[in-house]
Amino acid sequence: MTQSKPNLEHPTFKIVKDSLPASRFRATEFRGQSTLIVEPADLHRVMSFLKSDPRCAYDFLSDVIGVDYLGYPAPMPGRFAVIYNLVSSSRDDRFFVKVFLDPSKPTEGTEQDPALVIDSVTDLWPGAEWTEREVFDMFGIRFNNHPDLRRILTWESFPAHPLRKDYPVRGRGEREHYRIVDRTSS
Amino acid sequence: MGIEAALPTDAILTTQLKRVINWARRSSIWPMPFATACCGIELMATACSRYDLARFGAEVMRFSPRQSDLLIVAGRISVKMMPVLQRIYEQMTEPKWVISMGACASTGGVFDTYAVVQGCDQYIPVDVYVPGCPPRPEMLIEGIMAIQRHIDNEGIPPKGPNGKRIPLNIAVQPTHVVRPQPLPIGLR
Repeated sequence: MTQSKPNLEHPTFKIVKDSLPASRFRATEFRGQSTLIVEPADLHRVMSFLKSDPRCAYDFLSDVIGVDYLGYPAPMPGRFAVIYNLVSSSRDDRFFVKVFLDPSKPTEGTEQDPALVIDSVTDLWPGAEWTEREVFDMFGIRFNNHPDLRRILTWESFPAHPLRKDYPVRGRGEREHYRIVDRTSS
Repeated sequence: MGIEAALPTDAILTTQLKRVINWARRSSIWPMPFATACCGIELMATACSRYDLARFGAEVMRFSPRQSDLLIVAGRISVKMMPVLQRIYEQMTEPKWVISMGACASTGGVFDTYAVVQGCDQYIPVDVYVPGCPPRPEMLIEGIMAIQRHIDNEGIPPKGPNGKRIPLNIAVQPTHVVRPQPLPIGLR
C-alpha cells in the first residue's frame, strides 16, 4: 500500500494557525476530509473561534464521536479521541476537530478520571448536549459545564462504559442477571 | 357461518359448554404487538389483506395489554426494554399466551452483545417459538394456529404448583419446501 501525503490545503488550517498563534495544532487529511488536532486545553477557544469567525462560520455541529484506539495498529497520540464534525451551511464546507486524551486510571469500571475531562461545547451549539452525553455514556469522557451529564443509552447503574475496547462485547453478565419484575415486586 | 343453511332454523344443537367456550376463545385471539424491529414489519404484513390474519379471528391488534390475550414479541429485546415487556406481560388479562417471533426474540439472533437479551423466554413464559429472520407471514400464522389448536383441545393454559404459568414450548416447523434459488445473472 502506498502512503500518499496528506493534502493540507484546506483554508481553515491557515486561518486557525494565524489567528491563534499561542496554541499548538496538528493537521491531517484523508480523502478530502480535513482534521485539525487540538490540545484538550485549547478546545473550547478553537471551537468558539471556528464558529464566530466569518471566514470559518461553522454554524452547525453535525456530530460528536468518541473513539478508543486501544490495540490500534498505528501509533496514535493518545488512547481516546473525541471528534467534532463541523459544517458551515453558508460556505457549504465540512471540517473535523479532534482531541486526544490519555487515561490516568484503570478503565475497566466507571471510575471518574481527571485526565478524561474536556470542555463542553453546548454553550456554542446546544445540539451537542445529547451527543456529548452519548460520548460520556459509551467512553466515560466527561464534559465540563455540561448542563445535564447523565447516561443516555444505558441505564443509570450500568457498571462500565461499554464502547471501550477493554469491555467484552458480550458484557460482564449484565444481560443474564437482570432483575425480573413480577406482581409481588413491582 | 353457514351452519344455519345446513340446519332448519328451529333446530337444536347439543355440545359441551367447554367446547363452545374453547371455540369462542380460539376464534377471537386479540394480539398485543410488541414489535421492536424488522419482525414488526412482517407482523404488519401478516395483518394486511394479502395474508389476512382476520381469517383466524386474530386481526384486532390491541395496543393496550389489558385488552389482549396474545403477546407477540417481534424483534430484539434490549436489556433496557425488558422491564417494559415484563410489565406489559403482567398487565395482560388471563388467560394469555406468548409468541416469540423470529430469531432475535427467541435467542438474541446475531445480536450477541451486552445490551440484548439472549431470548425473552428467560424472563417471560413463551408458548410458541416462530423461527425465521424474519419469519414469513405464513410461519406466524402457523404459530397462531398452533395456539388455536391447543386452545381447542386443552382450553386454559397450564399452571404449575407454584401458580406460575407452564410454557407450552411449541416450536413451529417450516411448512414450505425450500427450493433451489434462481441462478444469479452475470456476464460470462
